[in-house]
Amino acid sequence: MDYSTSSHQVVESNDSAMPVKTIQARHLLSINDLSVDEIMLILETAEAMKEIGSRAIKKVPTLRGKTIVNLFFESSTRTRTSFEIAEKRLSADTLNISTVGSSVTKGETLIDTARNLEAMAPDMIVLRHPSSGACHQLARVCRARIVNAGDGMHEHPTQALLDAFTILAHHGCIKGLKVAIIGDLLHSRVARSNLLLLKLLGAEVCLCGPPTLIPPSVSDFGVRSTTSIEDAVTDADVIMMLRIQKERMRGHFVSSLREYFNVFGLTSARVERAKSNVIIMHPGPINRGVEIASEVADGTRSVMLEQVSNGVAVRMAVLYLLAGSGETI
Amino acid sequence: MPVVMDADRMARALTRISHEITERNRISDKLVLVGIRTRGAPIAQRIAKELQNILGEPVPTGALDITLYRDDLMRQPVGPQPLVRRTEIPFSIDDKRILLVDDVLYTGRTTRAALDALIDFGRPRDIQLIVLIDRGHRELPIKADYVGKNFPTSTNQSIQVHLSEVDGLDEVLLEEGIPV
Repeated sequence: MDYSTSSHQVVESNDSAMPVKTIQARHLLSINDLSVDEIMLILETAEAMKEIGSRAIKKVPTLRGKTIVNLFFESSTRTRTSFEIAEKRLSADTLNISTVGSSVTKGETLIDTARNLEAMAPDMIVLRHPSSGACHQLARVCRARIVNAGDGMHEHPTQALLDAFTILAHHGCIKGLKVAIIGDLLHSRVARSNLLLLKLLGAEVCLCGPPTLIPPSVSDFGVRSTTSIEDAVTDADVIMMLRIQKERMRGHFVSSLREYFNVFGLTSARVERAKSNVIIMHPGPINRGVEIASEVADGTRSVMLEQVSNGVAVRMAVLYLLAGSGETI
Repeated sequence: MPVVMDADRMARALTRISHEITERNRISDKLVLVGIRTRGAPIAQRIAKELQNILGEPVPTGALDITLYRDDLMRQPVGPQPLVRRTEIPFSIDDKRILLVDDVLYTGRTTRAALDALIDFGRPRDIQLIVLIDRGHRELPIKADYVGKNFPTSTNQSIQVHLSEVDGLDEVLLEEGIPV
């Protein structure tokens, strides 16, 4: 059906052919910013966005004239590329700023960098930063919409959303699934975002890792934790492996990488204990022979590369919905 | 609300359109149907069934969501975003004769968006437009090739198309008193 020329009229005309939905939050800083309905809206929209990636011309004109800054204070290949491809497929103008070659190395603070970028009127800023809470700080001083692409040990919401999208594609629902999250839980923002999201959608989550890498606050989340990987993977529908984050380890958390693999590494024998249709996930980059055996990473149950392709679709959905979200400025 | 078209008339209109299609195109032409979501898609499916009966062979049928191509997206600094649905065109449209299907032709802006979207999928030989209702008030130079019913309206009226696949019954209603 034809639509009227202003989106407000679309809402008022009660046109059932063009339902309009939105997310309330102006920024995506944490999974806690989203309701279950909003999460499902993002995942449904991502389903539509995924099809664009299969076309000969992988581009739609939706975010024409919008400027998106990818501000990365930590090294990243997957996430930055994924955001950039998502932005380009929506026709946004994108620019990348990484710590190397920016004024940050000359001693500028995050807020000053942001204020200066803001003076050039970008519509969105995608931020990755080594400090937890950096995105919240930026959101307080910026008019631009902020998307958290990983802040320190805090959150990485788009990773959790793409993981949920991947789980849904394989299992059809999330409620009641047994999900084991295994590895360096203490330093993992992926684990935190996933935990919040999976709990919200009704999964039964079990955390597993060495006692030194399980945060003391884990019981606050109301999930089971164990130090036995055999226990964690038994009857699991989803096994989510986490990388040992050597760069964040200040102190002795594991005695040696080889011992870590022997006790917590995901091997074929351990996968056998899970359900036969289990999927094995990893946010990447993987350390072969540390948290996961090569034969498992490359095996038939591994969905790691699907996670990467789904990441683009999910980020397109987030950018599209966020561009119209929240209260009037 | 006054009924503009009941189920019987709708079925007859679609049968007539299907015959018009076979009159104007040759069987050897590579015809494909593409319905604009939401209600153009089931109408395209119905025409596909009719065409198969007449031609004796299936006509590839797809569904197109034009939301990401709308010209009123992002016109305001903020505002809710229309729901994006999945586009499903599981065949190449290169060198095909596309029969583009929508329920109501009004300003022509949806058709404009659909044409842009189709061009991103390939280079069809031509595109012909099928609509169930043409209610007038074009804002763009667009004209339908096959029309179920011409029904001139005023801008404060609205046409509601109901289809059994989506709404449980087939009917077209005229709604009065829409704020302009």
